[in-house]
Amino acid sequence: MQTHFSPQQLTDPRVAEAEKILRKCVHCGFCTATCPTYVTLGNELDSPRGRIYLIKDMLENGRAADKEVVTHIDRCLSCLACTTTCPSGVDYMHLIDHARVHVEETYQRPPMDRLTRLLLAAILPYPKRFRAALKLANLARPLAGLLDRSPKLKPFAAMLRLAPEKAHEPTPFTRPCTHVTLDAPRGRVVMLTGCAQPVLDPGINTAAIRLLTRFGIEVSLPEGEGCCGALTHHMGKEEAALASARRNVDVWAAEIDSGDLDAILITTSGCGTVIKDYGHMLRNDPAYAEKAARVSAHAKDVTEYLATLDLPEGQPLGLTVAYHSACSLQHGQKVTVQPKALLRKAGFSVRDPAEGHLCCGSAGTYNMLQSEISEKLKTRKVKNIEATKADLVAAGNIGCITQIGSGTALPVIHTVELLDWAYGGDTPEKLEKLLAARTKVKG
Amino acid sequence: MSGAIEFLEPRADVIERRKTIIEDLADFLPPDALIHEPRRLVPFETDGFISYRRLPLAVVLPRNTAEVAAVMKYCHRYGVPVVPRGAGTSLSGGAIPQEDAVVLCLSAMSRILDLDYANRTATVEAGVTNLAISDAAGPEGYFYAPDPSSQLACTIGGNIGMNSGGAHCLKYGVTTNNLLGVRMVLVDGTVIDVGGKALDAPGLDLLGLICGSEGQLGIVTEATVRLIAKPEGARPVLFGFDTSEEAGACVADIIGSGIVPVAIEFMDKPAIDICEAFAQAGYPLDVAALLIVEVEGSEDDMDAMLKSIVEIARRHGVKVVRECQSAMEAAAIWKGRKSAFGATGRVADYICMDGTVPLSQLPYVLKRTAEIIDSYGLRVANVFHAGDGNMHPLILYNANDPQDAAKAEAAGMDILRLCVDAGGCLTGEHGVGIEKRDLMRHQYTEVDLRQQMAVRAAFDAQWLLNPSKVFPLEGRDA
Repeated sequence: MQTHFSPQQLTDPRVAEAEKILRKCVHCGFCTATCPTYVTLGNELDSPRGRIYLIKDMLENGRAADKEVVTHIDRCLSCLACTTTCPSGVDYMHLIDHARVHVEETYQRPPMDRLTRLLLAAILPYPKRFRAALKLANLARPLAGLLDRSPKLKPFAAMLRLAPEKAHEPTPFTRPCTHVTLDAPRGRVVMLTGCAQPVLDPGINTAAIRLLTRFGIEVSLPEGEGCCGALTHHMGKEEAALASARRNVDVWAAEIDSGDLDAILITTSGCGTVIKDYGHMLRNDPAYAEKAARVSAHAKDVTEYLATLDLPEGQPLGLTVAYHSACSLQHGQKVTVQPKALLRKAGFSVRDPAEGHLCCGSAGTYNMLQSEISEKLKTRKVKNIEATKADLVAAGNIGCITQIGSGTALPVIHTVELLDWAYGGDTPEKLEKLLAARTKVKG
Repeated sequence: MSGAIEFLEPRADVIERRKTIIEDLADFLPPDALIHEPRRLVPFETDGFISYRRLPLAVVLPRNTAEVAAVMKYCHRYGVPVVPRGAGTSLSGGAIPQEDAVVLCLSAMSRILDLDYANRTATVEAGVTNLAISDAAGPEGYFYAPDPSSQLACTIGGNIGMNSGGAHCLKYGVTTNNLLGVRMVLVDGTVIDVGGKALDAPGLDLLGLICGSEGQLGIVTEATVRLIAKPEGARPVLFGFDTSEEAGACVADIIGSGIVPVAIEFMDKPAIDICEAFAQAGYPLDVAALLIVEVEGSEDDMDAMLKSIVEIARRHGVKVVRECQSAMEAAAIWKGRKSAFGATGRVADYICMDGTVPLSQLPYVLKRTAEIIDSYGLRVANVFHAGDGNMHPLILYNANDPQDAAKAEAAGMDILRLCVDAGGCLTGEHGVGIEKRDLMRHQYTEVDLRQQMAVRAAFDAQWLLNPSKVFPLEGRDA
């Protein structure tokens, strides 16, 4: 569509990029149909096309962000369903990323909102702090109802409700080291330990490492890596996000340089989408652009890599899995077939819930910052999942697992934990109950 | 764009009372159903016909018929124009507002109210998307037949306003042939029900009048439509030709011989390249024109019909005949075709024409279209519903170059005149909107137009409903 930027404005490479993205949009409106917030609220301002237009207007006029525009940008889940739908190839992800940075740079949020965001950014990416916060949250949980009464305190109520009862301590599978194979390895990978996931559910990476080493892949957890930066990136806190990215790029580029590295594996697809974008995020940094691009090229979701290993055909397990395709996997990374193919091959029977393209409402910190919309999406998602009559749910992202798990009695388990179990690994805790109940019925 | 198409002068008294109007609307609408801050109005300034833009006075998002009626009653009382909007996908500017108008947006009314399989009907709110009806009825083996390419996003209310068609209308007819009843709010807020669940209702065929009236007779808030049982099987087949004219002549011959497939879609080389890049559907890239012919029914029925079609195609020197091998392939073929307009955005800005011509004229019109486009030094991609002669030349241009934009608009007008002169009409399914409004005198005599305007005035004497559309601005009161 037509744009109105001055040559002066276009000298800023970020504005130039936004302009290029906007020029691709033909305003056809297809994106509205698959946008979870538009489907929920029915307001074009809460659709990709509406947001694109708001952003265009703001950038063209060189205006600071204001409350009206921020409201609608904040409601975007960054699920990227719109980019799967868009026939014109509009790079919405980088446009909304840019808009978020613009908001952060030019808009003063109300004090409580600022505080909430500061706390999230200061706690979640740091396992020690996150662990301590979860312990506090468990004590404060009874206050959730009270906090709900004030719109400003709602995010804290949502946090208390989402906080798991148990914060996990570090394990040998979350500490830097190399997990070797029994025989000579047939491949070597690095795996992101991550920040929140090992605290919430260290079993995921443990299962992934067991499974990989069992099939001859050496797994390194290098010293020095940390949070991928997704959390601050999605809040528009660009410097913090880039600092995370640079730290990880340094560590992983060294791993790549040491030779024979197949891939950098990620078991949380929300992180994977951002790590695959490091090359773009650091494109204007001469010291990092090339290294970051190499890191992004090596980044793979764990299922993407497992699919290349030709795992053996398993016996039918008599379990039906509803596969929840995390937005970051299906829309962000376009990984759609591998997880289901792996589950089927391992012996599960797999079902696709209706409206699989719609987000579950987790979306990083969205379920805390936009709890009302998030709750509606969760209810819709759970209804669709339960309609499949599956025995359990598989998903490839800790955020979705926590979100959906808080809305259903069905066990929600990471794909890689199910695969590890099917190929002889330990039984995931959440699966134990289901299996015990089954034995009881049969017995 | 050049801005050759004019809008009505905003009513000064309405503009003056803007603040009061907004306060009054806020009195009876919930806060999130009223948008009036200038910045939040900007995204509503246009629709799919993006070269024209006008900021509205306010946008309302009613949640039910009663709220729509309240808005209409108020706007009628105070002489405020109203522009209805569904998903805002109109390609003729049907939902573009104006400075003195309230945009009545039905996107929040998106509930499916009733699926009646015994009577094969669905009753839905106007903001339900076209595809949502088929999705809802799909598990029971039914679908809603008209399938405009934007069916994923466009609403049934908009489909009724424009009498939308689609690829499969060759067999199943357009919206008017599939619409059984509506609930409509008249300009003064009165709510009427027209039609019902039966195929025809006694009295005047008001439903036929309402369908295609472009939001000028009232606001449809609910609709009852026909559901159709899914066919036993369906198979799209690709036919590649060396020239567009040969493909066009082949279409005329297929229909002329009495064969009616479900769909015959046409794409020329530029359109094939664009769609293949997006959908990887396996369209042949070494041909100048492609027909997608879909047949349906039992395997035997499909084989028999295809055999006759292949024979006709051979007579026209068909170069490639490719049957699709799987449901996934069929889905990709249709995905590519239905995303053609949007996918064109990957290569250039475009305006999408929508003229209909007699099938016998297809080869001539295609040839002339190419000549017209050439004479302006522009490029064109043709992708359209060939079976019913509904052409959609996509004129490619650069929206950031005003001269290029003016040329594209002028070329478009020439092409539409060509369609009329060839014995066809200005619009197949996108409606007149503002885009073709000033060509209405090319299509109709003054007497014809006056009669249409008299009918319109019987519903809305003050011309409050979507006032800048359909009828030329001058000579309305004469």
